[in-house]
Amino acid sequence: MKLKKKISVLDQHDKFGFWGGKFGGNFVPETLKKPINDLELLFNKLKNNKKFLSERDRYFKNWVGAPTRFIKLSNLTEHVGGAEIWSKVVSDANGGAHKIYNATVHCLLAKKSGKRIICGDTGAGYAGKMLSMAAKKFGLKCKIFMGAKDIERQQPNVKAIKSNGAEIVPVYSGSQTLVDAVSECMRFWVANCDTTAMCVGSTVGPNIFVKICGWSTSQISRELKIQILDEFGNIPKRLKLYNCVGGGSSSFGFWNEFMDYDKKQVEFIGVEAGGPSKSKKHAAPLTYGSKIGILHGAAQYVNQNSEGQIDETESISAGLDYPGVSPLHCFLKDTKRARYTAASDEDALKAFKIVSKYETIRPSLEPSHAFSVAISEAKKLSKDTVVVVNSCGDAYKDRKILEKKLGVRL
Amino acid sequence: MINSISKAFNSAKKEGRPALLTYTVAGDNTKKNSLKILKAVSKYADICELGFPHNTPIADGGQIQTSSYRAIKNGTKIKDVFKIVKDFKSSKFSKPIILMGYFNMILQYGQNKFLNDCKKNKIDGLIVVDLPWPENKKFANKCKKKSISFVQLISPTTSKNRLISIIKDSHNMIYYISMLSTTGGKLKVSPKKILLNYEKIKSINSNKNCVIGFGITEKSISSLKSADGLVVGSAICREITNSLNNRQNPVTKVSNMVKKLKNKIL
Repeated sequence: MKLKKKISVLDQHDKFGFWGGKFGGNFVPETLKKPINDLELLFNKLKNNKKFLSERDRYFKNWVGAPTRFIKLSNLTEHVGGAEIWSKVVSDANGGAHKIYNATVHCLLAKKSGKRIICGDTGAGYAGKMLSMAAKKFGLKCKIFMGAKDIERQQPNVKAIKSNGAEIVPVYSGSQTLVDAVSECMRFWVANCDTTAMCVGSTVGPNIFVKICGWSTSQISRELKIQILDEFGNIPKRLKLYNCVGGGSSSFGFWNEFMDYDKKQVEFIGVEAGGPSKSKKHAAPLTYGSKIGILHGAAQYVNQNSEGQIDETESISAGLDYPGVSPLHCFLKDTKRARYTAASDEDALKAFKIVSKYETIRPSLEPSHAFSVAISEAKKLSKDTVVVVNSCGDAYKDRKILEKKLGVRL
Repeated sequence: MINSISKAFNSAKKEGRPALLTYTVAGDNTKKNSLKILKAVSKYADICELGFPHNTPIADGGQIQTSSYRAIKNGTKIKDVFKIVKDFKSSKFSKPIILMGYFNMILQYGQNKFLNDCKKNKIDGLIVVDLPWPENKKFANKCKKKSISFVQLISPTTSKNRLISIIKDSHNMIYYISMLSTTGGKLKVSPKKILLNYEKIKSINSNKNCVIGFGITEKSISSLKSADGLVVGSAICREITNSLNNRQNPVTKVSNMVKKLKNKIL
């Protein structure tokens, strides 16, 4: 399995939609073949269309608020004592996380296709919040599927979704988290695909959804590349990009523009959710060597038992609490372009404490996983190494958990 | 391909009625009861579909999800599914069996091993919900080599060109999904319109046995009886759930229901 250069990873799949011949694809019921095909045709027509691109850029700039900041975390760098630590503060984006890019693009596509309703899944509530914001902006009716457990633990985002006029459908099946929300959302789409557009909240699902999401979040690395060149004059000799990985949308977007650099120069480190350190359950299929299976229409590394039943996961972070992972990341893992590791719930909480103690940013529990690994590795790295962590979400949504676990009031 | 599935359709045709296909989940509500249910309904049904339960079913509605979760909770594994079929097939009530499920379970079991075990246990056909055409070509061919019918699905969204290709690659049975819905949705399309689409399929190749499924209940079944076959699934799963809630015997309840269904299409 090999990564090609000068051609977007998003387009390096075969005619059946498989990356590296085995990740991704379209394992969907017959009913969805047509709406998926329609979406493919529309997206392929628009993705290089200058008018569409400038429309997208205008919304990203004026509404999402591009570019988000790229800042040096000087106090943290000094405290850690090693590599320079920087952050791309993607949580600056309208709504407080990277999910706004994918939501905006899906709503733009839905408008072009003449659909009036859009449905989507959400775990941490950010994908749902952003989709409800974008739907409101573009005049679409919006339906958000969310696991009952996540509704309980991510109340601030639930309130935001409701105040944007979207309907929240609680999902009580299975583990009542993201995996069940995605399933229920897909089922809804099966029954309503003639009138309704679907937005899959991450780089997961049938091939086209992986592509649209990755294409949208790539805005992050487009901005970052310019900002790094502005700051350093060139791409540093040793650059390390740390990002949390749940479904994998923010990390893919954070890395995409740097794909062709040698990994010795620009290294990608994906941090999955290891779950509570005392629990055997986790949400880290890449780190812990899960087998390839099919989840939500795509082949990927996924936590499952020997029979192919999908395992329940456990993580303090609702946004990472997913048994599978994007086919793109499976491909980046097997081609060895990216390195994957995990941080536990406790690691993430500790990292949040350190970052918010020394700096004014407050990463949510998802990027706190990335900060945890970045901090411990930066210690051992030379001073001319540049470490960048994507702070892809704001901790406001986690205030209940942080208050309970750390006694912190946000 | 002539196997017992074709024979079942032929004998129903001779009686001037559609074949009745039932769907139940293996291991629902217990492994023993699901075998008993199969034996009981086989007096009235022509073909029995048996679901192998998956915990992330993206095309199933609430009723079949409930049945599947119940079966998984009871510890139903693929080997149990085969065992149930084997016992059913060796009983005097035997009818053609079509296993139905999601591809990941076949993938994890091993495609060849799965088909060998299907063959060994006299399974007649397979429906894989999330393996559409053309992705299913390879697997469908493997089935054919073992004389197992791979059942192609067609939906109201299937385009004309696709329809022609799918029918061309289909074996002796095609499954037409009556409407845009997960299993067990309320029938939101008129029977007339469903039959119109059904006729489109038959006009391309009238030799393929085409069944209609999704949303069929005691209420609606008679209005569709001009089809080659009709599948009732969620309504049966609901009956099992209701009988458990009312502390009644699911075997008798389901058996009575299927008897009624049969009477409506005679």
